[in-house]
Amino acid sequence: MNAMLKSILSTEFGFAILRVMTPLLLPALGVAISGLSGATNIALEGIMLVSAFTGVMISAFTKSLILALLGGIASGIGLAALLGYFHLNLKADIILAAIALNMLAEGVTVFFLFMFTGDKGTTSSLKSLIFPALHFPLIQNIPVLGAIVSGHNVLVYGALLAVFLYWLITFKTPLGLRIRAVGQNPDAAESVGINVNRTRMWALMLSGFFGALGGLYLAMGYVSWFSPRMTAGRGWIGIAAASLGGNLPLGTFLSSLLFGVVNALANYLAPLRVPSEFIQMIPYLATAVALTIYSIQAMRKRRRRI
Amino acid sequence: MEKFVLRYFNLIRAVIAVVIGIVISVFLIYLVSKDPGFSLQQFLLGPILSRSRFSNVIETASPIILCGLAIAVAFQARQFNVGAEGALYLGAAVGTAFAVSTHMPAFLHIPLVLLVAAGVGAMWGMIPGILKAKWKASELVASLMLNYVAYYLGLYLINFHFRDKQAGYLASYQLPRTAWLAQFIPDTRMHWGILISLAMALLVYLFLYHTTSGYEIRMTGFNEHFARFGGINVFKVVVLCQLILGLLAGIGGMTEVMGIHRRFLWQSQGHPGYGWDGVVVAIIGRNHPLLIIAASFFLAYLRVGGQVLNLMSDVPAEMVTVIQSIIILLITAEAFLSQWRYRIMVRQAARQEVAV
Repeated sequence: MNAMLKSILSTEFGFAILRVMTPLLLPALGVAISGLSGATNIALEGIMLVSAFTGVMISAFTKSLILALLGGIASGIGLAALLGYFHLNLKADIILAAIALNMLAEGVTVFFLFMFTGDKGTTSSLKSLIFPALHFPLIQNIPVLGAIVSGHNVLVYGALLAVFLYWLITFKTPLGLRIRAVGQNPDAAESVGINVNRTRMWALMLSGFFGALGGLYLAMGYVSWFSPRMTAGRGWIGIAAASLGGNLPLGTFLSSLLFGVVNALANYLAPLRVPSEFIQMIPYLATAVALTIYSIQAMRKRRRRI
Repeated sequence: MEKFVLRYFNLIRAVIAVVIGIVISVFLIYLVSKDPGFSLQQFLLGPILSRSRFSNVIETASPIILCGLAIAVAFQARQFNVGAEGALYLGAAVGTAFAVSTHMPAFLHIPLVLLVAAGVGAMWGMIPGILKAKWKASELVASLMLNYVAYYLGLYLINFHFRDKQAGYLASYQLPRTAWLAQFIPDTRMHWGILISLAMALLVYLFLYHTTSGYEIRMTGFNEHFARFGGINVFKVVVLCQLILGLLAGIGGMTEVMGIHRRFLWQSQGHPGYGWDGVVVAIIGRNHPLLIIAASFFLAYLRVGGQVLNLMSDVPAEMVTVIQSIIILLITAEAFLSQWRYRIMVRQAARQEVAV
């Protein structure tokens, strides 16, 4: 018990939190921006899978990180745009269409995984690349903080920048203003000349962008291969994180951080003599509990206002 | 002809979506297979070329029907609970635990085991329902998370307490014979579960369309505010429909264990995935119990075709997942083909005007 406490209080634990949080934070931002526009994208699970797969494949066959990054992002935005097309143009229910796209992503990735590698397990037979880690010369020498903050994969910093980018887009650009207006009252927005569908399409494509970064990090940073269903519900946890954070930048970041801490803790509990099933259950159970507590709070707040 | 199209427009749309899905699968097979003619034949005709495979279609359809009904009851009330997977898994795990630790004659054992699975499933399905009804917590996210929790709970229960170490693979003890659903056609695994599924479909149909509670569920889905002002207890409806969801899914999982494997062996093979199939057939069947039966047989046919394809050719079975998702995408797209209907309506209206 003591040894475990010591390992939790160590700098490695802080490092692990950032590492584990990243693939939750990025899809959460994706859900958040689409949620602000009033067309909540719950296809992040699928978007992450497709981008992760595309990134791994491109990096394995071209040996170029830039191409892998661009390809992964393009595929993520493409899938989000497809959701937008079905929801906005063909009037599909966005939840059902997103469920279909998640299935599509699961099927397509395994289908092509088998076509390219003859294996449905992983891409570990391919020599795919990973994004580099960054060491900051001055920061890494700061005691405690340096060990936690420095030396992460470049996409971990990308995720932190993405929070800032999200804030910038939603609160400092005309597009962000339109997105928020459309989300709060589409009819009012339309009456002042905002194209509701086009604005929501932009929001969905941005959500595809954030989700794609999450998928790329997962397969080319967090681990160095692609395997089927490797997202393991992170896209779904992202939905909870975004709603806990009220779809706002700081809130979404903090709720993702909370889930990151829980996930990292679960990893550290492994040596305890508890059946591993219970430890693996923790992230999902914690998400459900957090969602419930948040909903109770929100309900109380609403009641008070009335 | 035009009247026919207008009357059955949704059905025709679904059929066209299915045809497009199959055309895409033909295209995919030609794209990736070295011997496309053979692969195509295996995929489209494989399931009916042998008795055991045809029976596979019916066996596979059985739990899919139950999960489709489960999802449909919740979707009819516009509750996006996708927890059939978790309720099925946990219901079957606890049901198995109950079956292997009790001894009684078959006429008691079978219904009791089914009842336990149904009860556990119902309780599990009810949780997101209560969270939604009481505090407006998203039933979609809650049920998704609980699917994972149910998976690990079931795994723990079977692996730590009911695992048969002599089985040679990860599986529970074998169910006592008194808890087996008999396979009634020689050389096949066709079991009584399919009759349970069909009977449940009929019951759910009668429930949804011929009882007050069913009406309340549909009205809540149609317009929640309207339902509330009409005096419907929406709280009750939201909980009830998700309770029924879990109940049906629990039975679906248990019949599969009792009729086919006679052990709980979903720990080595992961989720059986029937819960998601239920979502697919509920969408294809537009949440109507009787159409869901047809949709389930269709999906089961594709599934078995996919397995044959996997076994006999160089095309992976995941192709079925790809086309099933394209089909449900097209079916959910309200505006898909609506131009066509609009033109027919305009033409008919014009003709009526001339007649007057």
